Amino acid sequence: MPHDHSDHPHALLPPEPALRVKALETILIRKGLIDPKALNEIIDTYQNKIGPQNGAQVVARAWSDAEFRAALLSDATAAVSDLGYFGRQGEHMVAVENTDAVHNMIVCTLCSCYPWPLLGIPPAWYKSDAYRARVVREPRRVLADFGVTLAAGTAVRVWDSTAEIRYLVIPMRPAGTEGLDLEALAALVSRDSMIGTALAQKPAQKPTQDPG
Amino acid sequence: MSNCLTANVPEPVFQQPWHAQVFALTVSLNENGRFTWSDWVARFSAVLAQHGLDRDLDGGDDYFHAWLATLELILAEDGAAPAAEVDHLRDDWERAYLETPHGAVVDLDGA
Repeated sequence: MPHDHSDHPHALLPPEPALRVKALETILIRKGLIDPKALNEIIDTYQNKIGPQNGAQVVARAWSDAEFRAALLSDATAAVSDLGYFGRQGEHMVAVENTDAVHNMIVCTLCSCYPWPLLGIPPAWYKSDAYRARVVREPRRVLADFGVTLAAGTAVRVWDSTAEIRYLVIPMRPAGTEGLDLEALAALVSRDSMIGTALAQKPAQKPTQDPG
Repeated sequence: MSNCLTANVPEPVFQQPWHAQVFALTVSLNENGRFTWSDWVARFSAVLAQHGLDRDLDGGDDYFHAWLATLELILAEDGAAPAAEVDHLRDDWERAYLETPHGAVVDLDGA
């Protein structure tokens, strides 16, 4: 309920849900059920430390190292744990590889399950009803909205994440990247390419096979 | 939705501070053993479905409203934060904001 308070300038009143969250937080801290330091650590971790750069390292390594790629495809949780990527919401991860024959996309139709250790917190569009409903029904149209057009012969497979299983898409390695090191390769791997709503970027250098 | 041109443009992980706070509360309670993540997902999915019956929810405020409603439901049920207590503390916080001069740190007496 807005009110005129120009005579008595006070602290800006946060929105209703923020007041309710503060109420919960106060109650839980007073009862010793949570530690405020733990809350700050969690927010800092997902705002600043864990994000799609982790997944990009995994993809770059899979592109460069056949042994790692095989390990990743057979047991992703173990393979990425060896690189130091494990923790909350990463207990059972599965890597699905894009090829000329199949393009993979991930969704969580129930809520927003997502491989946090590799990609961080999902973007708002991943959590929206529009994406969650449409990607199952009309994945090619969703891809078109993201500016992706697949070859007619490429099948689309949509993987529905759950609390138990989180998927990561391994995008196809772009042409013209033969000489690139891991860091340069990882820079081509966007968050969306590991959800399946984008392709890996082409390198900035002129591709070796330029159709134009 | 985004498109390929914006794919690598950084965007805030949480659109609002309270989104981050309610997220952290929930993760922390899960880690302290208050509920399993599977239980959380089951409850949260049901609330999301309920909220989305008559319209498409966005992945920002709508999504975290459902998240907060789920957490309130669970904590009211298990007695950790009964609804009346939450209402009371919510009013305390509102009063604290209205009574704190602009620029000063807002806090509850005895918090």
